[in-house]
Amino acid sequence: MTTAAPVHSYFGAFGGRYVPETLIGALDELEAAFTSAVVDPAFLSELDGLLASYVGRPTPLYRARRLEEAAGHPEIYLKREDLNHTGAHKINNTMGQAMLALRMGKRRIIAETGAGQHGVATATACALFDLDCVVYMGEEDIERQALNVYRMKLLGAEVRTVSSGTRTLKDATNEAIRDWVTNVRDTHYIIGSVVGPAPFPRMVRDFQSVIGREARAQMLETAGQLPGVVIACVGGGSNAMGIFHPFVDDVGVSLVGVEAAGEGLDSGRHSASLSSGSPGVLHGSLSYLLQSDDGQVAPAHSVSAGLDYPGVGPEHSFLKDSGRARYVSVDDDEALEAFHRMSRLEGIIPALESAHALAYVLRDGASHAPESPILVCLSGRGDKDVASVASRAG
Amino acid sequence: MTGRSIAEAFSSRASRGQAALVPYVTAGYPGLDDTGAVLDALADAGGDVLELGIPFSDPLADGPTIQRSSFESLENGTTVARVLQALRDFRGRRDTPVVLFTYLNPVLRYGFKAFLADAVDAGAQGLLLTDLPTGADPDLEEAVPDAGLDLIRLVAPTTAVERIGTVATGGGGFVYYISRTGVTGERQELSSSLADEVANVRSVVDLPVAAGFGIATPDQAAQVAGLADGVVVGSGVIKALGSGGVDGARDFIASLRRGMDGD
Repeated sequence: MTTAAPVHSYFGAFGGRYVPETLIGALDELEAAFTSAVVDPAFLSELDGLLASYVGRPTPLYRARRLEEAAGHPEIYLKREDLNHTGAHKINNTMGQAMLALRMGKRRIIAETGAGQHGVATATACALFDLDCVVYMGEEDIERQALNVYRMKLLGAEVRTVSSGTRTLKDATNEAIRDWVTNVRDTHYIIGSVVGPAPFPRMVRDFQSVIGREARAQMLETAGQLPGVVIACVGGGSNAMGIFHPFVDDVGVSLVGVEAAGEGLDSGRHSASLSSGSPGVLHGSLSYLLQSDDGQVAPAHSVSAGLDYPGVGPEHSFLKDSGRARYVSVDDDEALEAFHRMSRLEGIIPALESAHALAYVLRDGASHAPESPILVCLSGRGDKDVASVASRAG
Repeated sequence: MTGRSIAEAFSSRASRGQAALVPYVTAGYPGLDDTGAVLDALADAGGDVLELGIPFSDPLADGPTIQRSSFESLENGTTVARVLQALRDFRGRRDTPVVLFTYLNPVLRYGFKAFLADAVDAGAQGLLLTDLPTGADPDLEEAVPDAGLDLIRLVAPTTAVERIGTVATGGGGFVYYISRTGVTGERQELSSSLADEVANVRSVVDLPVAAGFGIATPDQAAQVAGLADGVVVGSGVIKALGSGGVDGARDFIASLRRGMDGD
């Protein structure tokens, strides 16, 4: 393959491979490895086996009756990705990509992380497969997600602090890409979301689609019908793409992505790239982006480190512009309130990321048709956030 | 005045048995209004083609030195329009060809075609976009030569042999050979296989081949000058600017030039 951007690198106008020349060979290699792996019964059966016996899939579909009462909607289900090994959906992707790295003969793994969930999931897969692991994490996130930093170290990963730029996920990603450009011959970069150059957005979506495939079957079995609406939080957008994708062809199912409005969309301190950004190129693909009039990437903000990112996966940009999905936003205060309410209502402490999706349900759940169930992706558990929420509360 | 072409700058060195020297500088560094004086100094000290960097908030192909200069430049208030104005002013004083060097997003935001037209109008000869590899976006790639700018192509050590010819197609001016995998920045030693790699690229492409990434000393510049048609130096210039200002950069480029010419 000698073209940098095969046609299937795009979702409508979005996506592509806007990367330094040094990486083109590695992206071609990854694309070829992924394409052959997903039709290789041995690869798929090993992955499925590990997802069942190691990760704990299928995750349950849980009917949240006290949440229904609080939200004013008669039928709400939670897809319990928080019950995965390591506590979030991120491991669905890292298991698959670590197996691909082995397939390509690459034994050094790098990753970026915001909240630390992807870093922990990567470190976990690397421990299991005996791979070297380096995780880049912004200095600010290291402070607010100390528990996950320690978990990564326990698992044998090296955590490298990124002190440049915004000192959060965006700059951790820059630094991971710089490492990859330097060590590309023996290193695989496990991107944690549906972002980056092709084939990452499609590949990560496909590994995460297990969420939606299970949830769709579980809804039919448990509720006897498909949901009227599927709701998920969106930072880069991997749990959302994972649960949305198997419902995209179900025209009666609405898809709602919930972005982080931070201190408010008008404050300039938020992470709602789809709600208030414009198309641009960051980290290898064209997608909605928070940027200045001069094309400089604007700093994002969210109380949730995992949503604190100025870009978003290109397929979400496509779903937005095509009208197939709708994107709304929830601010820091609403997310924090949902974090507390969910803990008391259901005995489930949600990740601050997932709390954004729950906040939307609490705020606007009653506006959705009562005869069709609501399905929410509870992407992760909130243990990692307890210390920072407690210190915020004083 | 009218700028010389990049081809002319290379051939004029080649006719004297010398390699061209291609210094890079981040516009708006160290100070917002220093760009003109820096460009003059680089040209006068022996720079044959100048790369003028438009800073970007997320310079993911750059190492710490150019990153820092980009962040400082943006804090100084550098905008795309200001960089073009500095180039226009320089073009009033010197005919040394200039390649605008940046990332895709600031150019997209400016308006790709509007940027090309304004860059030509300001006196640019070439454009290098680090995150627009060959084939990534054919419409954009074709628009560059259509506007009258040389599109500077990069070849990396990881570029597949069969891709090298494709990479050069549609490119102009020179081909930039990245002498190491990695980000920009100085290295202690040059790659031992550099001679073979550059010879390989030169055998495939018709354009002059300049090598860069990691060149910091007159000795290294001299070594590369013996292998390639041109020598690109970036982080070294930024470092010299940071420590010695415009005079520091002038002395640094002059020392490389002397090294390359065997003085």
